[in-house]
Amino acid sequence: MANNFYVSMSPHFHSGDSVSKNMYRVIIALIPAFAVSLVFFGWNALLVTAISIASCVLFEWLIAKFLMKRPCTICDGSAILTGLLLAFNLPSNLDWWIVVIGALVAIGVAKMSFGGLGNNIFNPALVGRVFLLVSFPQQMTTWPKTIFQMKVQEAANAISGASGAVADATTGATPLALIKAGQFDQLPSYLDMFVGNTGGSMGEVGAMAILIGLVYLLVRKTITWHIPVSIMATVFIFAGILHLGNPEAFVDPLTHLLTGGLMLGACFMATDYVTSPMSKKGQIIYGVGIGVLTVLIRTFGAYPEGVSFAILIMNAVTPLINVYCKPKRFGRLKK
Amino acid sequence: MNAIVIALIVLGSIGLLLALVLFLAAKAFYVEEDPRIDQVQEVLPGANCGGCGYPGCRGFAEACVKSSSLDSMLCPVGGAETMKKVGEILGMASVASAPKVAVLRCNGSCANRPKVNRYDSAPSCAVAAALYGGETACSYGCLGKGDCVEVCQFGALSINPETGLPEIDEEKCTACGACVKACPKMLLELRNKGPKSRRIYVACRNHDKGAVAKKACAAACIGCSKCQKVCEFEAITMENNVAYIDFNKCRLCRKCEEACPTGAIHALNFPPRKPKAEKPAAEASKPAAEAPKPAAEAPKLAQAAPKAAETAQTETPKAE
Amino acid sequence: MRTFTIGGIHPPECKLTAGKSIVEMPLPKQAVVLLGQHIGAPTQAVVEKGAVVKTGQLLAKAGGFVSANIHSPVSGKVNKIAEVVDASGYPRPAIFIDVEGDEWEEGIIRSDKLERECKLEPEEIVRKINEAGIVGMGGACFPAHVKLTPPPGKKAEILVVNGVECEPYLTADHRLMLEKGPEIIVGIRILMKALNVNKAVIGIECNKPDAIELLQHLAQPYPEIEVMPLKMHYPQGGEKQLIEATTGRQVPSGCLPIEVGAVVQNVGTIFAVYEAVQKNKPLFERIVTVTGKSLTNAGNFRVRMGTPIKELIDFAGGLPENAGKVISGGPMMGKALASLDAPVAKGTSGVLVMDEAESKRGQASDCIRCAKCVSACPMGLEPYLLGALSEHKDWEGAEKVHMMDCIECGCCTFTCPANRPLLDYLRIGKAKVGALIRSRKQ
Repeated sequence: MANNFYVSMSPHFHSGDSVSKNMYRVIIALIPAFAVSLVFFGWNALLVTAISIASCVLFEWLIAKFLMKRPCTICDGSAILTGLLLAFNLPSNLDWWIVVIGALVAIGVAKMSFGGLGNNIFNPALVGRVFLLVSFPQQMTTWPKTIFQMKVQEAANAISGASGAVADATTGATPLALIKAGQFDQLPSYLDMFVGNTGGSMGEVGAMAILIGLVYLLVRKTITWHIPVSIMATVFIFAGILHLGNPEAFVDPLTHLLTGGLMLGACFMATDYVTSPMSKKGQIIYGVGIGVLTVLIRTFGAYPEGVSFAILIMNAVTPLINVYCKPKRFGRLKK
Repeated sequence: MNAIVIALIVLGSIGLLLALVLFLAAKAFYVEEDPRIDQVQEVLPGANCGGCGYPGCRGFAEACVKSSSLDSMLCPVGGAETMKKVGEILGMASVASAPKVAVLRCNGSCANRPKVNRYDSAPSCAVAAALYGGETACSYGCLGKGDCVEVCQFGALSINPETGLPEIDEEKCTACGACVKACPKMLLELRNKGPKSRRIYVACRNHDKGAVAKKACAAACIGCSKCQKVCEFEAITMENNVAYIDFNKCRLCRKCEEACPTGAIHALNFPPRKPKAEKPAAEASKPAAEAPKPAAEAPKLAQAAPKAAETAQTETPKAE
Repeated sequence: MRTFTIGGIHPPECKLTAGKSIVEMPLPKQAVVLLGQHIGAPTQAVVEKGAVVKTGQLLAKAGGFVSANIHSPVSGKVNKIAEVVDASGYPRPAIFIDVEGDEWEEGIIRSDKLERECKLEPEEIVRKINEAGIVGMGGACFPAHVKLTPPPGKKAEILVVNGVECEPYLTADHRLMLEKGPEIIVGIRILMKALNVNKAVIGIECNKPDAIELLQHLAQPYPEIEVMPLKMHYPQGGEKQLIEATTGRQVPSGCLPIEVGAVVQNVGTIFAVYEAVQKNKPLFERIVTVTGKSLTNAGNFRVRMGTPIKELIDFAGGLPENAGKVISGGPMMGKALASLDAPVAKGTSGVLVMDEAESKRGQASDCIRCAKCVSACPMGLEPYLLGALSEHKDWEGAEKVHMMDCIECGCCTFTCPANRPLLDYLRIGKAKVGALIRSRKQ
């Protein structure tokens, strides 16, 4: 009689998928973007990323162990991912203590105070970034130039011989700041924007690298196309309409797509499982909302960049979307 | 300076305006309510446990005020004392009812009832009961997943890691009946608390035939009817191979407990039996050393008593 | 290739026994015939202790319209009528028969000769099926004659034959189609006559190309029978999913398949119908796949009902040392057994022995709202929400989000990266919501 079999309800099969596998897949998908940031910003990028990840993991461990007194959850990889995404949203020359504060807000306030992974309403990395943006506006909007831009500048200086005139040459304006200032003619080329040779946060500059990561995630079925595609399509269409209406005042839609945090936001921040809607219909509404809000903030708001605000606003709307956007039911048509 | 004055005036007038609106609204939408509802609610325990069958204490208070007599009204948490107070407020006689307490009618501890398989589904008795009979060969006994513990609002239940069974802290138990409803095996029962918290019950609900039941659990009721035969008050009935003691008829004579060959009948909070002459003193002294404690330590005693009872039963056959 | 449109998953196939021909299993020493082997009213035993019974003799009578007769699978003496722990995990009444020889009831034709022609009237056919105690052999065990008797005002238009066998590991239906193809075609024509329909479609998943080819060949003379290859997609064997895959019609929520004019029967049931109508043989044996990675002699066996599952495993090479779980049925919807004394019943399509290592479920963690369960649910429900509502005992809330539509296929639990036991809670919820709805009707 006592055969000691396991007895459980069906199904007795499992896909073998796990939370940590999904997290690590996203981390793998971020590697190309990280490589781009290393190429363009050098060792500073590595330093900021390392500090961000280390402090996120540390805070998660401390809070889980001493405040919440529950089993440690750092192995699921979500803290590493938050740290990585936070770093990607910061300028590479940020002071280390600001990064630590951002990590504390991201993990402590945005994630653990809601009950840990799965219970947070807002994307932790974005909360951390936005907190830093409003607390340290000076440091957060001083973007270093990429290594190549500096080389080009050096060369130019060498030619012109004006060596003394480059006191603040290590920092430069992002394309979005140029757009805000109406200096469309000074925008970098599409190619530069596509590979990442522009000023900006570390991880957001290389659109190509982010798209490679997106393809990886889609192939591994970690995320579906609905959110990234609906965001990009909305931004493209909305910005396109504005541009057609008045090309003098509004920049072309491709520039919108390739600049700032749009790619990173659409592919990695908005697609965060916890804070995005459950149904496909809801995901598209969410994506469209982010797209519209981003363009609105960028073109009419006070800030040059609006992706993080747009995502956070739509995060807040997600529970509502979940209530009203139900998946397509089988046999829903009653006779 | 000017700005401060303007701000004060604006905010002050908004405040006044809103106050006026609120005042008028309160007047316009005032609901006449029997003031006794508040009075009754005042004396109720305020746990909102729903044990009375009404939605919270307020609901119970309203029902009391509306009804013409308190016969069918009982706050199981407050008991007779609270009902007396309610009766005083409403000018009605409250029915004195015996205080009750929940008891677990299963004795299938890890030691008594060996496990034959490993449960591997959601940690819930309801899920386990829907899946199968349980981790042991007894499909009537406690599943030990703690659905009763979860629903208890008074913290009166806890799973004893040693036995794997829930234990009832009778000091905290208010007999609200939430656990009774939660148990999918219907093992928990509200029984009269009894004088000095003394009570006797059959701690088993196994419907299997004696041999099968005994094989599954050392302390199962095997349906031998011995207890029924020794009972002088016809308090014990046999149904589906299991004995049941009617607590309204039981006079706590403990004869059934003595007669039970498996120790399925539990007697709680009784003073230790006087050691019989032919019993070795060493054995009898063990329960005796544990048991005599003041009534305040009733919960601990409740655990000690069955142990004492078991020792007594294992010895009786020898004595005969 | 066609399939159903919403959700679904692709579990590993593990069809280890697809190439093993059906083997006749020796008779057990004692047959334990459960009195309840179907959905519906329990049966009443018509034999007593000590009675001598023949194979095929009626043991228990159906206890109502939605019920099915039970016949003796062996010949011998009734030892006792007692309880045995069956696949439900609870003790259930059963008739224990000590086997003596194998003497069959008169009138049952034991030859294997194919009987093509059936001259019976439709009512006669349904009566014979009813008397033979045939139930849906795919696992649900719904009495077959009930499905063949459409409620007044409803008319069947198409017979859908379920040869999908989407459960991993199971190959019983596959082997049956390969070895009893002609009989199945005859059975389909009998059922078409009984239902008075002029169209039948056999749905077979494309991982069984040999069965598709064979049945297509056999069905050639009958243009009204179509063999339809279907894409691999779990749970395609579910009634509603199969109807959609084959006919494109969706059974409305809360309705039976007859609402869209479809009647679904499993190939196992079809074969049983053939035997009952053409050979007068009641349902007392079936094909069972006994399988598992560590079984030395896994295969497809023809087994008499009432054979203890322990004997099946012994016949398949004995219980491996590292066995951690034994399942009656397939890994997606089968029931884990607490005791190997449980006997084979009409719905036992397979016995799966899982290794210790693959038996234990993973540790559950908080829902991360990845929506994979929502994508996988073939009914378009939100399992994460239903699970949470059920866990918090909000039955009214669960009813509003269509708890009763759940078909318990297990796609949600299979796909959940947080290892949440979603279906466990959904089952409880379904039972409670069902009770709630019934209590409201009264």
